[in-house]
Amino acid sequence: MAKELKLMKGNEAIAQAMIASGTDGYFGYPITPQSEVMETLMAEKPWETTGMVVLQAESEVASINMVYGGAATGKKVATSSSSPGISLMQEGLTYLAGAEIPCLVVNVMRGGPGLGTIQPSQSDYFQSTKGGGHGDYQLFTLAPASVQEMYDFVFEAWDIAFKYRNPVLILSDGAIGQCMEKLYTRDNVPRWSEEKRREMAPWGTWGKPATRGHNIITSLELDSAKQEVFNHKLQAKYQEMREKESRYEEIQCDDAEYLFVAYGSSSRISMKAVQLAREKGIKAGLFRPITLFPFPEKALAQRAKQVKGILSVEMSAGQMVEDVRLATGCSVHVEHFGRLGGMIPTPNEVLEALENQIIKGK
Amino acid sequence: MTEEIIIAGFGGQGVLSMGKILAYSGAMQDKEVSWMPSYGPEMRGGTANVSVIISDERISSPIINHFDTAIILNQQSLDKFEQSVKPGGVLLYDPNGITKEPTRKDINIYKVAATEKAAELGMAKVFNMIVLGAFLQVKPVVTEEFIEKGLKKSLPERHHKLIPENLKAVQTGKEIVQTVQTVK
Repeated sequence: MAKELKLMKGNEAIAQAMIASGTDGYFGYPITPQSEVMETLMAEKPWETTGMVVLQAESEVASINMVYGGAATGKKVATSSSSPGISLMQEGLTYLAGAEIPCLVVNVMRGGPGLGTIQPSQSDYFQSTKGGGHGDYQLFTLAPASVQEMYDFVFEAWDIAFKYRNPVLILSDGAIGQCMEKLYTRDNVPRWSEEKRREMAPWGTWGKPATRGHNIITSLELDSAKQEVFNHKLQAKYQEMREKESRYEEIQCDDAEYLFVAYGSSSRISMKAVQLAREKGIKAGLFRPITLFPFPEKALAQRAKQVKGILSVEMSAGQMVEDVRLATGCSVHVEHFGRLGGMIPTPNEVLEALENQIIKGK
Repeated sequence: MTEEIIIAGFGGQGVLSMGKILAYSGAMQDKEVSWMPSYGPEMRGGTANVSVIISDERISSPIINHFDTAIILNQQSLDKFEQSVKPGGVLLYDPNGITKEPTRKDINIYKVAATEKAAELGMAKVFNMIVLGAFLQVKPVVTEEFIEKGLKKSLPERHHKLIPENLKAVQTGKEIVQTVQTVK
């Protein structure tokens, strides 16, 4: 599978993976710190090679509705933005979820609220996992922690999106987006042929053969009894994701007495904090959720049984910490540590927080 | 082996590209590497810096605040990063424009008059490679063979004709680097 070693930014890896994974279309609008996604696509000109459409829309609202239109035909359609742009897309996202349309959305987070800052942040966890738009829906949310994962998760996102007929969100941040690391690229997956698309998306609005009725894409149902049945169907789908798809990574957890829980760039900083802690004789480990929805609650609950305390590290005022507390059911002392407004915590700060908030605070 | 490096100077001095060439060279030599720039408003004029890590092991945090080596190309960066060098680490700087010399006694200090040398040789464009050469003389974390491979990989093909000049600049840097102080 490994094809070629390259060095690239996380944002460039997203763009390269879109082309290599047979994505049919990308609609976006530039915003720091993710502008390299569209820049890379424009430079690569995939419309000349794979036939992938790349279009700069007039706004994020237009982008997400272009995704809705394109993806309704069963094509692999994606967009990307950063926090303020993703806020503008929330109406489109709930419609996509309500119409059960597979698609890929990438959020390279920056600090908020409002226009906030252009520096990295992780303060969109609630928006991503608790429904930024209205209604009972979930985005399948993947949190890459390296440039390689930025690349690989695009491929995986397509599998999940079509398996569950659900939008997939890759939730990254400006640090992973801008950081350059080694990347092993994969062989190109060809774009689906017309026949393949009809097989993979029999529900799509790709034309009506005589053998079946009309395929209709809508999120509207005026009969409440029918809507409730549909809601239950969605909930059953989300439950299946919880049971089958939650993913995580554990680093030095076997003998851990204290645990960091962190995703994305915070998990990288926490990984270093684990090393620093162990140099001081503190047995720390890192539990890294890879899927934020579904949150790996069972695995975390299991690991929590052996530890004396947990520090949830996130560049926010404390969002994921709620899921950490729910998963561990108050069986262990859980605290949050984070920096705000685009400030990135250092590994030493994270270790100090563990010592002050968890070890001394016990 | 893990080498955590900060390269800092003015925008336009080739700080980011020097870091990129170093990272590429490390990757070619089968090391793990990361390259983390400062970006944002400060990139539009003013100071620019990039953290580069080269390691034999999986790299934990690409975001670091203490460095084995600081490569400093202006006074603001010296003020900002001198205290971030690990005790026993390396501070390498270009004395051009430096009015307040470094004061730490617990680190190894080297200087490379790269700005002056580049002007003298008419090699202003490869100024950053003179600095890179000086660094490699002090800390040979990647070998010359892989610097060449790194250049090939990081430069677009149309610029490959410039590789010999870049390598010559690296050699120059190796020759002109001066020791200011060493500690055990």
